[in-house]
Formats: sequence, C-alpha cells, structure tokens
Amino acid sequence: MKHALSMTVNGVPRSHEVEPRLLLVHYLRETLGLTGTNVGCDTSQCGSCTVLLDGQAVKSCTLLAVQAEGATVTTIEGLAPQGGLHPLQEAFWEKHGLQCGFCTPGMILTACDLLQRNPRPSEEEIRHGIEGNLCRCTGYQNIVASVKLAAERMAAARK
Amino acid sequence: MASRIFGSGIKRREDPRLITGQAKYTDDLVLPGMAHLAVVRSPHAHARLKRVDVSAARAVPGVVAAFTGADMKEAGFGGIPCAWVVPNSDTKTPPYPPIAVDTVRYVGNAVAVVLAEDRYAARDGADAVEVDYEPLPAVADAWKAAQPGAPLLYADVPGNVCFHWKVSGGDVEAAFKQADVVVKERILNQRLIPNAMEPRAALAQYNPAMGEVTLWVTSQNPHIVRFLLSLDTGIPEHKIRVVAPEVGGGFGSKIPHYPEDSMVIFASKMLGRPVKWTETRNENYQATIHGRDHVQDVEMAARRDGTILALRATVWANLGAYLSTASTGIPTILHGLMLSGVYDIKSIHEDVYGVFTNTTPVDAYRGAGRPEATFMVERLVDLVAAELKMDPLDLRRKNLIPPFTDGRPVATGLVYDTGNYAGAVDKAVQMADYAGLRKKQAELRSQGRYLGIGMCTYAEICGLGPSQVAGAVGFGGGLWESAIVRFHPSGKVHVMVGVSPHGQGEETTFAQIVASELGVGVDDVTVFHGDTSQTPMGWGTYGSRTTAVGGGALMGAIGKIKEKSKIVAAHLLEAAVEDIEYDDGKFFVKGTPSKAKTIQEIALMANVAWNYPKGLEPGLEASAFFDPPNFVYPFGAHIAVVEVDAETGAVALQRYVAVDDCGRVINPMIVEGQIHGGIVQGIGQALWEAAVYDDSGQLLTGSMMDYALPKADAFPRFELGMTETPTTVNPLGVKGIGETGTIASTPAVYGAVMDALAPLGVKKVDMPLTPERVWRAIEQAKKRS
Repeated sequence: MKHALSMTVNGVPRSHEVEPRLLLVHYLRETLGLTGTNVGCDTSQCGSCTVLLDGQAVKSCTLLAVQAEGATVTTIEGLAPQGGLHPLQEAFWEKHGLQCGFCTPGMILTACDLLQRNPRPSEEEIRHGIEGNLCRCTGYQNIVASVKLAAERMAAARK
Repeated sequence: MASRIFGSGIKRREDPRLITGQAKYTDDLVLPGMAHLAVVRSPHAHARLKRVDVSAARAVPGVVAAFTGADMKEAGFGGIPCAWVVPNSDTKTPPYPPIAVDTVRYVGNAVAVVLAEDRYAARDGADAVEVDYEPLPAVADAWKAAQPGAPLLYADVPGNVCFHWKVSGGDVEAAFKQADVVVKERILNQRLIPNAMEPRAALAQYNPAMGEVTLWVTSQNPHIVRFLLSLDTGIPEHKIRVVAPEVGGGFGSKIPHYPEDSMVIFASKMLGRPVKWTETRNENYQATIHGRDHVQDVEMAARRDGTILALRATVWANLGAYLSTASTGIPTILHGLMLSGVYDIKSIHEDVYGVFTNTTPVDAYRGAGRPEATFMVERLVDLVAAELKMDPLDLRRKNLIPPFTDGRPVATGLVYDTGNYAGAVDKAVQMADYAGLRKKQAELRSQGRYLGIGMCTYAEICGLGPSQVAGAVGFGGGLWESAIVRFHPSGKVHVMVGVSPHGQGEETTFAQIVASELGVGVDDVTVFHGDTSQTPMGWGTYGSRTTAVGGGALMGAIGKIKEKSKIVAAHLLEAAVEDIEYDDGKFFVKGTPSKAKTIQEIALMANVAWNYPKGLEPGLEASAFFDPPNFVYPFGAHIAVVEVDAETGAVALQRYVAVDDCGRVINPMIVEGQIHGGIVQGIGQALWEAAVYDDSGQLLTGSMMDYALPKADAFPRFELGMTETPTTVNPLGVKGIGETGTIASTPAVYGAVMDALAPLGVKKVDMPLTPERVWRAIEQAKKRS
C-alpha cells in the first residue's frame, strides 16, 4: 500500500507514491537521486544523513519520508545556488575541514542550523553544536575552525 | 629546484565535489537493471549449519533470487585467499569460504544471500531465509582460546594457534640477570572497530558475452583486490576491472578482499544483472575487520641509573575466525620488529601466538601493529621510571638513540633510516612547558586535584616498503609503486598513479609535485587513481606509503619527462642537448636564459611532432616505477595533560602537544590534518573505544549506540609542532604521516591518566579508561590502603 507524498526539495516541488516504511534518506538518495546525503549508521548516531527540514537540521535516517509530507527540505546539493558555494562550504574548503568527505554534507548542514541559532558561537559552543555528527578523519579541529570562519564571514556580510 | 614542492598549504583539489555533494561513493552508483543484495548472517558465534533453506525468501515480493554457500561453491567460487603468510611460524591457513558451507565461526558469518529489486525487499527476503543451527562451544578471547581445553575452531589447528612467530636480538636472558630492576605487566590492547564513516559497499557488473566483470568497491587497493579476485572467482585477471570510486575513509578496514566482493560478482554472474550490496553499520561491526586485540605479557629490565637493558614479551594476538588479507603480518612484522621504539635497547625477545577465536576477523587498523608495540614499550618505560622514582622524561632522554643520518640498526634487525629523537623531545618539552606543568601538578595535588602528564616518544615503520623485504616476510605482493605523467597538446597534464588515496588528499599533493617540478599550474594537472583499467599497477594506500612510495614513482616519471623535453628543446633551439638547462617550466640554452622553450611549447610540439628530433618517439608521456631501498621511520614526541575527577573517574583532556617529524613536508595543511585525525583515533582507544564480546562470542558493542566514538566536544585544540629530518630512501625526502598520531596518542593519554592517578595508589587500569573503570580503580586502591 503506497502513500502519496509531496514535499519541496531544494526549491523544487516533488511528488511520489512511496511505501510507508521508506526512510526520508532513501527517498532523497534513491527516489530523487540526491546522493550527496550519506548514510553512515542505522541508529542516528553519526549524522552523515543530516538535512534541513523546514530550516532545522534533522537526521534523515530517523524520519520516514511520509513524515516529511508538505515540508521543505534542503540537502547539500541545494545549500548554495548551482555553481556557487555557501560560506560554510567555502570555509570547509579553505580550512581543510574535510578529508574523505563522507560526513561533510551532514556536518555542514548541522553547522548551518547551529549558525542560524547562534551566529557567533565560541569554539566550545561549536564543539558542542556538532557533537551529534561523527567524523573519523579530521579530529574535528579543522571542522571547528571552518565553522568559526564561516560564522565570522556571515556576520560580516550581514553588517 | 625541489624546494618549491615543499611547504605550500594549498587548498585541496578534491574538495569541490565533496563539499557540494557531487562526489560519487560506491553506494551512490546506480546501473540499469541493478539488483540489491542482502546477506543473511549468523547470530551464533560457533555453530554447525544443519539446514539453510532459501525457498521462503524466493517467495517474498520483490525478491529475484537467493543463494547459499553451496550454490556459490558449485558455481566455482573458491575461498578468500590470505595474502600474508609469515615464514618460519608454522602458519595454518584454513579455508575461508565467502559464504559458510557447513560451519559458522563468528557472529556475522555469512550463510546466504538474497537478491531483490530494492534494498528493502532484499532485507525482507533475508529475514525469510530459514537456517537451522546446531550451536557449538565458542571462545572469543585470544589468551583463553590458546589454553588447553578451549573450544576448537578447526580440527586441524591444535590449541587454536594459527602461528607462533618469534623475534630475538641480543642476549635477553643475560640482560635480565644483570638487571637492578625488572617491571612486568599484562597489557590488554583491546579490540577496536575501525569505523570508516562510509560503510563498505560493492557493485558488480558481469558481462557474460565477454566473460568480464567490473567491480566498484570501497577499497584502498583496487589492484590487490583484482589480483586476489583472479584467484578465487575463476575470472582471469585481465578480465577483471576493479574501481574504487570516492572512498569514505578506510583506516585499514578497506584493505582486505572481502567475501562480499565475491558474492556480488557471483550473484551478477548468476542473474545476468548488475548487483549492489551496501553494508549497514550493524553489519559493518560484524563483518568488516576489527583491529588490535592483543593480550601481552611484557617485562623490561633496567639498571638503577635508568639504562634500559632488555624487553621480553609474549603476545596472544587475536586473529578472529578466519585469516583476512594481511592479518598475520600485523602482529608480527609490523609489531614485533618495532619493539625497540626510539630507544637503544640491546636485547629484545618476543613470542607472538596468532590465535583463532570465534570473532570477526582482525586485520590492519590505523597503525596496524605499531600502536600495539609503541603502547607496550612506552608503558614499560613509564613503569621503570615509576619503579626508579625517575622523571619519565629523564628516563626517556637517557635511553634515546642518538641522532643519525645514515641508517641505524636496532636489536630486532631493522635499520632505521634517519632520526633525531632528542630534537623532537626537546621541542615538545618546550612547547608544553614541561617543568611548569610539573609545578602546576604539584600545586593542584596539594589542593586535592589530580592533574596528569603523559608522554610518548615514538618511531614507526611505514612507507611500505622494499618489495624484496615484502617477499622475505611472506607478503603475497610487491610494495613498489608506479606513476604515469602524460602531457596533452595544450600543455595540460594527466597523472595516473597506482596508489589509491581515500581522504588523504594526494590529488592535491601529487598535483603540487608535478606543478612545482614541471612549471605548470596546479590547476593544469588532474590526478587519476583507483581504477585498474585507467591507472598503472600499484599496491595501494595503506602503511603511510602513498606519498613516500607513490611520490617516488611520480618523481621518476617527472625526471623522464624532463629528459625528453631537453631533447625536444635542444632541437627547437638548435642547441646541443648537453647545453639545455631547466628551471621553473623553461628549458633554455646554458648561459642564455632568453633562448628558451616552455614546457607547454614542448608538449605541443611533442604531441604534433611537426618539427621534431629525428628518431625520437612522439608524445610527452613517461611511466616510472619506484621500489624504495628501505622503509621510512617517522618519529616524534607527544605530551598529554589530563585532569581526573577522583569523585567520578571522569577524565578531562586539557592539553595535547604533538611534535612529529615526517621528513620533508609538501602540504603542511594536509599533514596537520592527518595528525589531528590520528591523535583523536588514538585517544579514542585510550579513553572510550572497545569492541566487546561476551564469553559466548556475542558482540555486545553491535552498533554505534554501544561503541563510543570520539566526538568533537571531548577535545582541546591540539598544539602541533614539527621537526624536519629528511629520509634518504626516496627522492622527496618524505616519510609517512598517516598513522603517527594514532600510534603516539594512546600511550600519551594513558600515561597521563596513570600519572594523575599515581597519588591515589592506582597502579593499573585496562583501556579504555572510561569513568567507570577509573572510578572502580580508585575505589579499589582506597580499600587496599
């Protein structure tokens, strides 16, 4: 028994008939082909699958696709206009905030949510803010530096 | 010239695709008609398979097929080969069927596969497979497995002992007799789960008309996987293409050739469709290799003045239930030969028993054998210092091997390349303000606060390695590397390498080398790796060898490009070849720098060959192979500062100073990133991480909910310093940096916690030093006093 599902993903309205058990992350990856959102665990620990759901960071493996009915979803592919980079993406590149890149989309979207709530976080607040996202490569130091740099630039741009 | 290569922290060239979600990892790949494979795995650690019935699975909607181990065997698919059999150790290599046929030997052992139209239906089908198990007694602990009366995994492997390997140097017996002090300890270097953030995946497309297969797989070494697949799939090597697309970290866990590689090829062949398998994280914990897991009985002999005389050890190394690709080499060659560390220890003896247990196979995990050696040595040094009431820094300084630039033999038979250990120690001590820390520690102790200072001075063996040595120690492959540099008519460059980076950034490092050496822009270079149909043979990325060995091959190809370019330039400039010099992208006539041709002009002429030296082959392309004459031995000194809350046992990491020496540094930003990540992984072992089996062989830490991975909020900002002692064994003078942090930080942090606990009377706590374990140790010490 399939359910009708509609949501807006990266600014584009999408509608599909889906199985009720389909996870949001699999809807994004497999139905829509948006493979930038990664799956790193089964238990919502790693945060690789983080997307913005109505502006808030959520782990898309914890939600059924049908729970996102009517929602607006932003994935890493839609964070910046085509060909451009969000300040967080620029900062991760500049500060070497990634190595294998697998956790990076989720890490960037978590940081995006953090900076919306707290535009000028301290280093400690950044570390606390991203502790729901695991990275096995970087030791986090350069991720923290990346988020800090992005926060400074975004604050400067608002002035 | 070469100096331009070094020291430029340019932004990584692989990042634009990674930060925008455009990178394609194996699980992102979709082929027309692709079926999904799910694996049915044993819930028992040890059992006889009485019946595996897949008929109910075949009836599940969406399921297209289901197969057992017998089906796979009948189709001609053989056992997974072990690629490293250490000589003189009487190694047993029992069969390792990709899907179990009659017996399962660990929780997670595959018993059947189900193919379906999507991954959900495949899972439904897997749940419908009926298996009758007859449980057998199981054993998970390596030491217990080697004791008389332990359950046996294989009838023909007595005592579960797969091998007994020894290393000996000097006269250990005499040294222990002469000693003023002897310290002893049983160290449990616990089992860890590598946890690359990308789970493993494999996608096979078999072409029945051609008898060819392409396997996209999460691998650190696609050429090795191809070679091994040619041994167990029945498909010859030239008809196998292995591609490692974007790979999301490996840390050793993506070195092995795994059963699932064969399963997807088998299934694709049976179905005539592409077949993809992607592991869940729970599967990853059961079916991807684990690391470490040593029981070590160790002792060290020293004189009263602090001179270390000898080290003696017996190790039971847990190999798991089957021999994974490199598993026997890790606790032997990469471990036992490093027991001298940075110290002048004249006498060393170690016996290593590789032991089969009913657990997930154990293989290389970041550091792979060296962390188990370094922790042992550093722990013993700390114990000797405590016994002699010497400052552990002074004891270390007293025993350091003095600086050397041209090879230094140690008791285990290795010859270290270059080293200046005291230099690294001095720098770390200065950066940390060691004396100030000891003063602060004394002050805080008087207030009832427990600050601890720990230290690790290490050297490690990497840049694997000379192929002759690889052969001599039983590794089933070579350890050289290769590179091709190809100039296109417009002066743009393709570089093809045999190594297979997966996060380490060599697309950038190698482009930097080519750009600096040949005078092209970094953006004019594209580096290809990880596809056996596109890249030259190479042995892969592990053992911190990618830049040390792969970079050597690249330098060779660059040298050949320069030589050929000189001939073309001489022709175009109407000069003698001997009179052509090269600098910064220009070939010019000696003494007349204005009479010059750029590399781009030469590339164009070599490609069109209109006005060209007679008899010279057209094109500007060179291929080179590099086999280093020795390993490289990076080293360093790390200092950790922790505070332990004696009420709760909680450990707070306050400072971490790391001084590392990896020879010459090409991209400092990338090098620092490697160190950061390594430090965190090593601290994970010291404080939180442990793969735990119960006595019946059940994996208690079966998911990320149960296995504590390091998180961002547990760390201070690391303070990094470098010293630079170039190696002489490769043209770049570089050593490896991928594993040093992991090797050094576990003993440094462990030592810091033990130092903090010393006034409380705590002598020993097994890793990981979780608050509960530390608290219990404090309480027990209180009761004793």
